[in-house]
Amino acid sequence: MEDSQSTNQPQTPAGADGEAKVKSEICIDIKKLNLYYAKDTHALKDITLAIPRNQVTAFIGPSGCGKSSLLRCFNRMNDLIDECRIKGKINIDGVNIYDKKTDIADLRRRVGMVFQKPNPFPKSVYENVAYGLRIQGIKSRRILDEVVENALRSAALWDEVRDRLEDNALELSGGQQQRLVIARTIAVEPEVLLLDEPASSLDPISTLKIEELINELRSTFTILIVTHNMQQAARVSDHAAFMDMGNMIEFASTDVLFTNPSEKQTEDYITGRYG
Amino acid sequence: MSKKLRKWLRAGSPWVWFNAGAVAISIIMVAGLIGLLAFHGLRHFWPTDVMQARYQPPGLPATEVIGELIESETVLAERLQDSGVDVDPAKNFYQRDLWKFGNREITGTDFGWLLTDYISEKKFPDALTVLERQQWGNFYGIPIALLERGETLANSRAQAENDSLLWAELQFRLDRAYELREEISSLQGQELGRVNSELERLRLLERALVIADEMSPTLKQEINENRATLESRLLVIQLRLNRLKAEISRDSVLMRAVNNREVQIALEDIVRAYQPNQLGLPGKFAVYFSRLWEFLSAEPREANTEGGVFPAIFGTVVMVLLMSIIVTPFGVIAAIYLREYAKQGLVTRLIRIAVNNLAGVPSIVYGVFGLGFFIYFIGGEIDQLFYAEALPAPTFGTPGLLWASLTLALLTVPVVIVATEEGLTRIPRSIREGSLALGATKFETIWRVVLPMASPAMMTGLILAIARAAGEVAPLMLVGVVKLAPSLPVNGIYPYVHLDQQFMHLGFHIYDVGFQSPNVEAARPLVFATALLLVIVIAVLNLTAAALRNRLRENYQALDV
Repeated sequence: MEDSQSTNQPQTPAGADGEAKVKSEICIDIKKLNLYYAKDTHALKDITLAIPRNQVTAFIGPSGCGKSSLLRCFNRMNDLIDECRIKGKINIDGVNIYDKKTDIADLRRRVGMVFQKPNPFPKSVYENVAYGLRIQGIKSRRILDEVVENALRSAALWDEVRDRLEDNALELSGGQQQRLVIARTIAVEPEVLLLDEPASSLDPISTLKIEELINELRSTFTILIVTHNMQQAARVSDHAAFMDMGNMIEFASTDVLFTNPSEKQTEDYITGRYG
Repeated sequence: MSKKLRKWLRAGSPWVWFNAGAVAISIIMVAGLIGLLAFHGLRHFWPTDVMQARYQPPGLPATEVIGELIESETVLAERLQDSGVDVDPAKNFYQRDLWKFGNREITGTDFGWLLTDYISEKKFPDALTVLERQQWGNFYGIPIALLERGETLANSRAQAENDSLLWAELQFRLDRAYELREEISSLQGQELGRVNSELERLRLLERALVIADEMSPTLKQEINENRATLESRLLVIQLRLNRLKAEISRDSVLMRAVNNREVQIALEDIVRAYQPNQLGLPGKFAVYFSRLWEFLSAEPREANTEGGVFPAIFGTVVMVLLMSIIVTPFGVIAAIYLREYAKQGLVTRLIRIAVNNLAGVPSIVYGVFGLGFFIYFIGGEIDQLFYAEALPAPTFGTPGLLWASLTLALLTVPVVIVATEEGLTRIPRSIREGSLALGATKFETIWRVVLPMASPAMMTGLILAIARAAGEVAPLMLVGVVKLAPSLPVNGIYPYVHLDQQFMHLGFHIYDVGFQSPNVEAARPLVFATALLLVIVIAVLNLTAAALRNRLRENYQALDV
């Protein structure tokens, strides 16, 4: 941790009321991360960052700044893209996930991800939530029932779907589908939740529900959220990172970043002069 | 006016008319095809009235004719003259009728053309009886007496005075003959077949032991004992058969045919007897459906021109099912590799092009390949390795059901690959990522999410494959279809499914009946009926697959996301 803080600039959140948060343990430690697509697209440049445990960290920035790419580095989703190369380290709980020995399937179970568009499987609501467990070979109906119910309760969806568990998940509304996807993700008990613009395709009421849900979940999971909506970032996050052109410009506690940014670029973006 | 016309043109009305017209023409053609097949095919089973008449062409003695009127046509007088018929020079056209005389053993031909002008004294006597026989086709005549063991029954001449009494007695004795025939055929088909196949297996076992040099006196004795038991069983069956055969040949009927000729017909030969002229509509329908049922459920007789086509229906369906079982997994696995695992590049593109071209290779080429590769090479090797004791008689080194199915599977595998690949491409990336993000491996993702979602596409491929394979005849002639197969490829004799056996096929049956039959007139309606049946069988197979696909679609409708 020491050298990550000493490398350069504001790696850990700083600020007046950041005292308590600074003390909290670091969950994800990113060191000099570089990401290249194809031959000469340098998508992430020397990112160094330490993300605290059991808090919500928001990534903001203009389109194409690399925030989604960064998010997809945490569960190695970028591996699926041909010709995508990564340099540097990401330590989750002190273990480098880009190590050769990493079990990628296990990593992805520990680092759950929710995508921009709801992507439930064309199966029943129940089977959607049970999917991750079935992958792990759990067959006991009792355990599955319990986990499904708990996950749906945690995702604030249980009351709406308790009578529709056998219905096809695609018959749910968009907002319900997104919460179902969140339930599906937390059913496998990950440590980290990656949310890639989880509310961007939803109506305001569904968005509100998702935000409330994030508030509920923050105590259990380390949540990383990418969003275009700055009010949303301000509402839900404890820390915020501003990125531009693949560079990490500023990382601070949300209050500080939105009220008293240290970088001119951040200020321009937040006040709407840029981006 | 021209403004109106221009408006009409601009609105696209002619286009709509063209479109609708094209659809209408297609529908008319299909409906016409099915209608024609149905009309000619289904009419054949209707019991038409049997006519008795006097026929006297000029310059020839008068004869009596009895038979069914099949059709009438108008011919040019010159054409008749060319074929050696005396015609009246004043007339340009003649009407002539096609009659089915039956009675092939006395008339020589059972069909003939008569000039309508010279037919007189048409009658439809109630007592005229149609006897459908195992051999020699139909017999038309009037029953005049019954015989038992060659002796005329004392009262039957008297009964003949009262037709209905004799008819009742004939029916009674016919029922007895039907039952006996049933018993004989089950004895012959099943029990005799079973014992014979066991004997054959014993012989092969013995040879195998000799070849492997493992024959010991005890084994030899055991085999001989088994053989003795089987042979005694065979003897018992043979005795029972002989007794039944003696029983069934007990009765016969004396018929008066045309020109007062008397012919004795054994009841064991008769398949069906009816008196069409006194049948009411319900009675005719009963005969109609009985004949239709015979066509669907019985084996062919008389060089395939009489009887049923059940073995051909069965062979077609079994072959298509077997082909589906082979082609679906094979095509799907190949498509998964091509789409999901193979690196997309020049090589995959070339392979894809090759696969697509494979679908365009003429089917007879596949037949030749199947014969050369599957039968002679693989089948020959299998025989060498596993059935050496049966050599030189080949087991798998000869055309058969397995090779026909494999050849057709090869013929249709490109269709399945292409359709499955298309289905796999359509599955959104987001769904795959959703599964991977939950900790599923690529294999688990494909197996649990991608494949179920692509299953409707696979079924589409299978439907196309079935449509192509079920109607294929040319390659089958090389790799396993025969004119007449002695037994069904799936039956009650061990090992129950006989993949090495040759089989019958509706498509080939049409060809055989239509073009290889010595009796053209008798065969023609059967060609239509069999063609209709083939269309129906293919439609049923396709609809089953389509219904299955629709159910899958309901479950996995996510493709519209």
